[in-house]
Amino acid sequence: MDRPNPLFRNLNSKFAALPMMLIVLVVFVGGTLWTVLFSFTNIKIVPIFSPKEWIDGFVGFANYTRLFNTDRWMNCPIITHIGQSDWKASCTGALPNVATYAVLSVTLSIGLGFLLAVMMDQKIRAEGVFRTIYLYPFALSFIVTGHVWAWIMSPEYGLQHAIREMGWTSFTFDWIADRQMVMYAIVIAGIWQGTGFVMALMLAGLRGIDEDIWKAARVDGIPAWRTYIQIVLPMMRPVMVTTFVIVAAGAVRVYDLVVALTDGGPGIASDVPTRYVYQNFSANLGQSLAASTVMLATMAVVLIPWIRMEFSKKRT
Amino acid sequence: MANSPTLSGPSGAKPRPFITPQRFVVYSVLIVCAVFFLFPLYIMIITSLKNIQEIQGGNIFVPTMSPTLDAWEKAWNSACTGLYCEGIKVGLWNSIKITVPSTIVSIAVASVTGYSLANWPFKFSEVFFAVLLLANFIPYIVMLYPLVIITSKMGIYSTLPAVILVHTIFGLPVQTLLFRNYFASLPQELFKAARVDGAGYWGIFFQIFVPMATPIFTVSIILQVTGIWNDFLFGVIFAGPTNYPMTVQLNNIVNSATGGKAYNVDMAATILTGLVPLTIYFVSGKYFVRGIAAGAVKG
Amino acid sequence: MATSVSVQNLTLKFGSAEVLKNLNLDVEEGEFIVLLGPSGCGKSTLLNCLAGLLELSEGQIHIKGKNVTWAEPSERGIGMVFQSYALYPQMTVRGNMSFGLKIAGMPKDQIEQRVQRASEILQIGPLLDRKPGALSGGQRQRVAIGRALVREVDVFLFDEPLSNLDAKLRSELRVELKRLHNRLKNTMIYVTHDQIEALTLADRIAIMRGGIIQQLDEPHTIYNRPANLFVAGFIGSPAMNFIKGATTNGGRIFQSGEINLDLSQYEGGAVMDRSKAIIGLRPEHITIVDAAIPGQTIPAVVEIDEPMGADSLVWLLVDGRQMSVRVPFEHRPKAGTPVHLKVDIAKSSLFDETNELRI
Repeated sequence: MDRPNPLFRNLNSKFAALPMMLIVLVVFVGGTLWTVLFSFTNIKIVPIFSPKEWIDGFVGFANYTRLFNTDRWMNCPIITHIGQSDWKASCTGALPNVATYAVLSVTLSIGLGFLLAVMMDQKIRAEGVFRTIYLYPFALSFIVTGHVWAWIMSPEYGLQHAIREMGWTSFTFDWIADRQMVMYAIVIAGIWQGTGFVMALMLAGLRGIDEDIWKAARVDGIPAWRTYIQIVLPMMRPVMVTTFVIVAAGAVRVYDLVVALTDGGPGIASDVPTRYVYQNFSANLGQSLAASTVMLATMAVVLIPWIRMEFSKKRT
Repeated sequence: MANSPTLSGPSGAKPRPFITPQRFVVYSVLIVCAVFFLFPLYIMIITSLKNIQEIQGGNIFVPTMSPTLDAWEKAWNSACTGLYCEGIKVGLWNSIKITVPSTIVSIAVASVTGYSLANWPFKFSEVFFAVLLLANFIPYIVMLYPLVIITSKMGIYSTLPAVILVHTIFGLPVQTLLFRNYFASLPQELFKAARVDGAGYWGIFFQIFVPMATPIFTVSIILQVTGIWNDFLFGVIFAGPTNYPMTVQLNNIVNSATGGKAYNVDMAATILTGLVPLTIYFVSGKYFVRGIAAGAVKG
Repeated sequence: MATSVSVQNLTLKFGSAEVLKNLNLDVEEGEFIVLLGPSGCGKSTLLNCLAGLLELSEGQIHIKGKNVTWAEPSERGIGMVFQSYALYPQMTVRGNMSFGLKIAGMPKDQIEQRVQRASEILQIGPLLDRKPGALSGGQRQRVAIGRALVREVDVFLFDEPLSNLDAKLRSELRVELKRLHNRLKNTMIYVTHDQIEALTLADRIAIMRGGIIQQLDEPHTIYNRPANLFVAGFIGSPAMNFIKGATTNGGRIFQSGEINLDLSQYEGGAVMDRSKAIIGLRPEHITIVDAAIPGQTIPAVVEIDEPMGADSLVWLLVDGRQMSVRVPFEHRPKAGTPVHLKVDIAKSSLFDETNELRI
């Protein structure tokens, strides 16, 4: 008996995996490549992939140049004066907006999530109730989250109105209508939605730590808070990295929340890249594709810590 | 990449005598946060029970003295979503029509593919696995335009099949990873024993693995249903106005109000939209936690 | 006797790593072969190749004279028992045992007959309608053996079947396996890392390391005439004592520092003069004596002793190195006493340090 042709080995398995492979190849790999490639063209109507179209329409980095010269995407008037302390704050546009949102929501939700997880880990009563309360917003759609917070933060009827009515007439909470503050309003809603999830991941991480570590630390007389910071936190590195990547990846592509909460307003003060890409599909396809590619590159940067972790895991 | 967290018993520091300063701090933090997280739910509910005069004149914190379900009735039956004024019930039905097929198809394809990857490795299956892992992180928006072209060429753009197809496609990578990891975590000797017994590819899958995979099927159904139900973007782009899912209808209700905003109706519609995932969340408990942890990598 | 399983020039590569290297093995019909070795030696891999669960890179496998190198596992005429039992959790014991037969399309009454017969042999009749989850470890392994038994095949493959059981159960099932083999007279190929299992069960033991069979022999031979330094050190607990030195005087003397041993009684090959030699002495082949006998004893100082019930294992220092000697409990010397160790050269093993082979 001869060695069977390896092509026909596990044929069923290959057939069964075929639809998935086609989808990955066509949509995920193909679609992404298409977007990246055509971001270098001036194509305007619905194109298909043909090399000729690509070559004819090739414009190099023109879309990118125009994109970064569009105020709605990024406008940093003082960026030429780098060194002045306030140059960052002066940036406006979709890209700086998402940067603000990502940095704040990631830091705050991971910080608060970890704090909550540690508190939950103190053999408290009614742990299940607290967990249910912290986590339920995560089950809700961003659209739902956005509309609730839009109502709460509405200056006319919401929190500001209610507190003024109670007597504190100078109370002001109108971030949602304030060009400077609107991104922070979105951060609040984002944290409300996502912190419970971070807490759940962190709590699972904490519970995964060997019980003997706690015993050893107690025997050594190390106070609990030090054990958390100096022993447990480093041990939770993999959980931290995973959480960071997941939360950051979510923050980079924020869209629904903005649509529901502010719809990019006031004006375009809370525009974000996904919204920018979507709204330019018909009018400005080349730039839209360029903006998509920038998002893809940003995501690649976010993934670096995770890829490094996976890589070092494989090597050891 | 995300391990399913198991929330078994606390492992922190040992309990001390009941009220100590530390415990006071712990409970204070927990309760303050709980209030923050519950606050919007409270607001949603009391607002939806008010009438429009109370909304415009009243205080957002104060519950109404004369609760009415009028706003709920309006949200359900007659709120305007742009052109039509048939309430959010249309969206509910559309969401079901979108969610059920996408969930079934993606889980069927993903479970088989995950099983192939875990137990019947072929050339490039490792590469394929790595691509799947990365595919989860590609922002949807990057692939959206190509998908518009693809569905247009297929002649289904702006129809129910298009939005179902898109949901199925984007559900696949994470679902496949979920199943692949689950099947890989089953004892490999079970697979070997079945092969010695003469079971083939499908025999092992249906007779040995599927009966053992109830937990992962539960997790992936929860994940997929909540994910699709909560989607907005694909609904707007691919479904077409007659098939808009509940989230899109909700957004339209809120944005299309003429005259003073009917926040009570908006909030009733908001609760209605959140009801399905919330019910799944409260009923499924720990499976939901496992599901979100496992599915968190989803794009 | 006819050859039951024959492995010819089997090589298995995972990527560029050779896990099994040009391996040859012939198993007689009805023979109980144990593959023994440290973890990672390739013993389980070899078994999986025999079962058809791994594809060879090169070589051939014949079972009962038929070339099964590329045959499906179920077509090879083998039954297999796994370390983790690998019972299908959702099926009853009966379902587990009959699963393979059902797939093969055997009529129901015939399946039932076979299941009954196997369950009688293994005394698991009362368990037939239970699910594996409701069984103890020992019962599960019996069922797993039953699943192999109903196939009524000529060759049984065991992959560390007793490793998941506690010590008491392990020794019970060990005896039972031996009884089963005596009764069925099937060919059995058994993988383990436990040398007691190997020594008690095997007709022949194949000691493996690094994907190569180091020695294939009867247990007695393996124990007393280890083919090389690795086998000598691997088999035996407590382990063999090794003393490095040289052979001189035309191979008549083993010399190491102050130690001089007369090799005239040595039962190996021609010793000759070797500048680098190692003598291996099992702890039970050494006796403690009071006075030195020229050419037969080694001076030593008692360090500690480990009482082990009937015996005591005495650890001594020889020239700064540790050696162990097994003595009857009541004869154990006090710590710190200088003694002399009388060596039974006839039962010792000499190795050439350069190629590690037995002389």
